[in-house]
Amino acid sequence: MKLCRWLGLAALAVAVGGQAQAAEVKIGVVLPYSGANADLGHQIDKAFDLYVKLHEKDIAPHKVTIIKRDEGPPTGAQAKTVTTELITNDKVQLVTGFVFSPSAIALAPVITQSKVPMVIANAGTAWITNLSPYIVRLSFSMWHPAYPMGAYAHDKIGCKTAAVAYTDFPPGKDSVEAFKTGFEKAGGKVTLSIPMGSPVQVPDFTPFLQRVKDAHPDCLYGFIPSGAHAAGLMKAYGELGLRKAGVKLIGPMDLIPDNKLQDMGDAAIGTIVMGHYAVDLDNAENKAFNAEWHKAYGPDSYPDFMSAAGWDTMHAIFDTIKKLNGDLSDGAKVVDAMKGWSTNGPRGHVMIDPATRDIVQDEYAMEVYRKPDGKLGERILGTTKAVKDECKVLKVGRCAS
Amino acid sequence: VPHVATIAVSILFDGLAYAMFLFITSVGLSVTMGLMGFVNLAHGAFAMCGGFFVVSLTRTLGIGFVPSLVIASVAVGLISIPFERYLYRRLYKSTDLEQVLLTIGLAFMAIATFTYFYGPIPKSVPLPAWLQGDVSLGFRAFPSYRAFLIVLGAVLIALLWYAFEQTNIGAKIRAAVDNRRMAESVGINVDRLFTLTFALGSGLAALGGGLAIQLFGLTPSFAVIYLVLFLIVVAVGGLGSLKGTLLAALVLGIFDTTGKYLLADAGGFFIYAVVVVVLLIKPAGFYGRE
Repeated sequence: MKLCRWLGLAALAVAVGGQAQAAEVKIGVVLPYSGANADLGHQIDKAFDLYVKLHEKDIAPHKVTIIKRDEGPPTGAQAKTVTTELITNDKVQLVTGFVFSPSAIALAPVITQSKVPMVIANAGTAWITNLSPYIVRLSFSMWHPAYPMGAYAHDKIGCKTAAVAYTDFPPGKDSVEAFKTGFEKAGGKVTLSIPMGSPVQVPDFTPFLQRVKDAHPDCLYGFIPSGAHAAGLMKAYGELGLRKAGVKLIGPMDLIPDNKLQDMGDAAIGTIVMGHYAVDLDNAENKAFNAEWHKAYGPDSYPDFMSAAGWDTMHAIFDTIKKLNGDLSDGAKVVDAMKGWSTNGPRGHVMIDPATRDIVQDEYAMEVYRKPDGKLGERILGTTKAVKDECKVLKVGRCAS
Repeated sequence: VPHVATIAVSILFDGLAYAMFLFITSVGLSVTMGLMGFVNLAHGAFAMCGGFFVVSLTRTLGIGFVPSLVIASVAVGLISIPFERYLYRRLYKSTDLEQVLLTIGLAFMAIATFTYFYGPIPKSVPLPAWLQGDVSLGFRAFPSYRAFLIVLGAVLIALLWYAFEQTNIGAKIRAAVDNRRMAESVGINVDRLFTLTFALGSGLAALGGGLAIQLFGLTPSFAVIYLVLFLIVVAVGGLGSLKGTLLAALVLGIFDTTGKYLLADAGGFFIYAVVVVVLLIKPAGFYGRE
């Protein structure tokens, strides 16, 4: 029976494929599958798997083989080892995933030398795309949400003074610098800057936030990696009664990842973030994406901004396979094929900037509120269209080279 | 600008709450290391296990937070007994390396098991109304949950002190820590004593795990990422000493909070500086035997 089906399929493939050579495209996926940040990896992994499952047929007669490896902790060392193995031993034609910036930064020389394109589905330190001509980013730069948030916080939310508090690693510093640049350009003043320890361990945030409460700025701009830190920061913010004390919590969407929002409770209500994705975004692609997600992973599992970027990443890879007719052997051609790629995805309209190989996308200002059904949701307050990575536009620091 | 005294009080308060968490979670580790010289790196796994029990009890079964803490502690204490009897006991006479390998292995297995059942997303617990919000002491409001931590810690310290210093069993434990062979030769059943203290220590760790959910959020990797903290408390306090563990928890909790408040740029450095200084002066910890 099974054999018959295989034979039938094979016959069909020959008939339909005709002159098209069926190619097997090997893709390496590197995400944190273990340790404190495993849930970040899972959010992207689920989106990858879902896209492949639903769209495998679109690239027929070509096939993808996905090899998954553990990115490990946010230090980059393990990511570098496993990715180098993927390239040299498994001979993958493309690597994707990469939650942590240190992974991408550590790997850039390997990518340049091997000419195997790296398609980033998360890592957001702005200048990563400058490190190698073979890096393409589908997710975001820290500047995407943080820079427009600066002007928005001053003009629309009414923050005249702000404290910034951030996890002390490259994306944290990036995010805070982007916010500060935008905020001070609009006339605001950053009165306090607090680094809150390493991304490896979730600290007790209370002493940091107590300091903010005592300094009493209008707003607190927070940046934390969107895993367990997000829940911890929100707890401390709620416990210390900062909102009641008149300190508004603002930040990039990392503060309120969709898959953790329901657990955050009342403390989160009123938080205003800038971001490119929320499950409540009102567009047809996002509705379909959410429906498929719940069908595959259950009603209590939610995609988040990482999942949305993961979905678009796999979409871009599949479109490239189609465009190049399954031949991904030349890394330069793969990158060229991706330049200028655009689609309407769950995030809205997105495009890969041909000049920088970084994403261009809309940024939404969103406020957390309690929906009529009792769940927490995000209300869109305003949209900034087609935002580029402003760090590279303004040529700030390492973004200049 | 707030008054210096107000800042000092709020640092002291937060530091004290943090210290209570450190004490409750670490005291069991200190006693087992002191009593049997056994390096139990799976201690954090028992804490994590207690945390997840509290999550299930409150969220799935709808039991209140405080009763859940009690149930989880007792349950984990009981669960730890077969581990001690059938796994740990075999390695009491082995080298440190073998003990470390067994227990860190157990910790990783626990992480994988709990990730399988609960997933890696951080969990939270619903708190009763009286633990949310804050209590006002006139000049300043304090988060109720942290006030609760301090009170609970104080009660536990009093109970443990009474049990260790005033009861027959406490005297036997102290005797066994001081000189195991002597204690055995006067007829104390050290094996059974150890099972008992091991279960007590694991139960307290589980209580600490349950209390930590509101502080840090709970993921399966709790079992190893906070282990360093617990080991530091034990090393600074001195193996097997109740007084030492308490003093170490207080010093570390308050120093860490002060450092983070006043000099955030130096971040987590303070706690390690304290460790280095203390261990240079007293290599066996505050109350350890040299």
